[in-house]
Amino acid sequence: MATVRIPPVLRPKTDGQAEVEAEGGNVGEVLRSLTGEHPGTEEQLFGEDGELNRYVNVYLNDEDVRVLQGLETAVKDGDTVVILPAMAGGAAA
Amino acid sequence: MAIDTERVQTIEEIEPFEAAEEINGGDVVLIDTREPHEYQEAHLEGGKLVPPGLLADEIGTAAPDKSARTIVYCRSGNRSATAAAQMQQLGYENVASMTGGIVQWQEQGLPVVAAHGMTPEQRERYSRHTLLPEVGVDGQVKLLNAKVLLLGAGGLGAPAALYLAAAGVGTLGLVDDDVVDASNLQRQVIHNTERIGMPKTTSARIFIEGLNPDVNVVEHNGRLDASNILKVIEDYDIVVDGADNFPTRYLLNDASVRLRKPVVSASILGFDGQISTFVPYEGPCYRCLYPTPPPAELAPSCSANGVLGVMAGTMGTLQANEVIKLVLGKGEPLVGRLLLYEALGTRFTELKVRRDPECPICGENAEEIPESEMGKFPDYDAFCAGAGGDRQSAATP
Repeated sequence: MATVRIPPVLRPKTDGQAEVEAEGGNVGEVLRSLTGEHPGTEEQLFGEDGELNRYVNVYLNDEDVRVLQGLETAVKDGDTVVILPAMAGGAAA
Repeated sequence: MAIDTERVQTIEEIEPFEAAEEINGGDVVLIDTREPHEYQEAHLEGGKLVPPGLLADEIGTAAPDKSARTIVYCRSGNRSATAAAQMQQLGYENVASMTGGIVQWQEQGLPVVAAHGMTPEQRERYSRHTLLPEVGVDGQVKLLNAKVLLLGAGGLGAPAALYLAAAGVGTLGLVDDDVVDASNLQRQVIHNTERIGMPKTTSARIFIEGLNPDVNVVEHNGRLDASNILKVIEDYDIVVDGADNFPTRYLLNDASVRLRKPVVSASILGFDGQISTFVPYEGPCYRCLYPTPPPAELAPSCSANGVLGVMAGTMGTLQANEVIKLVLGKGEPLVGRLLLYEALGTRFTELKVRRDPECPICGENAEEIPESEMGKFPDYDAFCAGAGGDRQSAATP
């Protein structure tokens, strides 16, 4: 089991949860497990081609999966997957 | 150096308090005839250094008028006596040596300055800094000489500016086209109720001037865009990014990489904050981290979503901390590190950020931008709008 950290902007789609447990042998599987349980998150994470949206960064523990094996990056028990969209704050933050 | 006592007897010698009176009266050329390291540590204000070994070569430049009243001093009065005698030989008509030198001058309670000119008031003001080995007098001087631009005098800019001003950063530029309104005061603590309606840059300047007269505040009352950004940031050493929209962040990134200016970038929303430090070509740039901006629904603004006021203080002061480390060249700035802070749980998380070899701005194959193209940026609003479909508004609602 891995823990997926949900950014605030996505929490409305996970019933307000900031952390969700998910199963999967790699990052892609873990995220699919998340979108399976909370379908509202799918659109923000994945494009129509099934690839991660470029504006969403995903980290396995503290490394961007893009420098690892992307969605194929292996996930161990106890790992954390962090979903991170950019923030600009704003309107006179 | 042997003292020719006969020659010394023919020169005029004056006591430190007499020298002080003359100097205060003006029209005195003051020569310091010691070694550079002694001068650096402390000297009389206005004293021009002419080391003994270089007297013959340099005195003409330091004291061009041989009839002008000239006072020479050294550490204790010996070297200056010799120098005065030499100068008389060279045709100086009105030269005196100060007996007792700078040692007696200080014993008599007269003021001295260090090479960089830190006044006694400054030594007092920054004493808690200069006590720290990582800062010291040298470090404080670096801060006093530093020029930092703050993009935004709002949520992040306000606390950052406050602490940079307190730290004695000598020049603070503030970019903001907005005026103070009541809803700002929940977090933009550099402003106040009386100054509602005033341009933010002016309001900030007023506060800073009251806090620290050493700081020169430069107001840039307007927005940065492709037509002015290079010119504005060029004069500064470091930029603090407190912008409230994506197009400006990307614009700032591209300009700062081109001009090799480090950017300390933070953002806040709700109970969350992010901060990282971008040093061009040494670490990743903003585009390495966020190659594409998110669509509007994934990036709400504070005015729509809300933000805990103190978040601005937490992240803004972290930005100030980063700037200070960069100026001092000490500690470890957040280069290649993205620090996330979550206020409800008071939790910090650190993520690694790498340079993207494919980055269109700082990557290996990024095209060398010719001078003629500098300052020409792609249409940022379209870039950000194109990324997500909905237009990311740059205007304040």
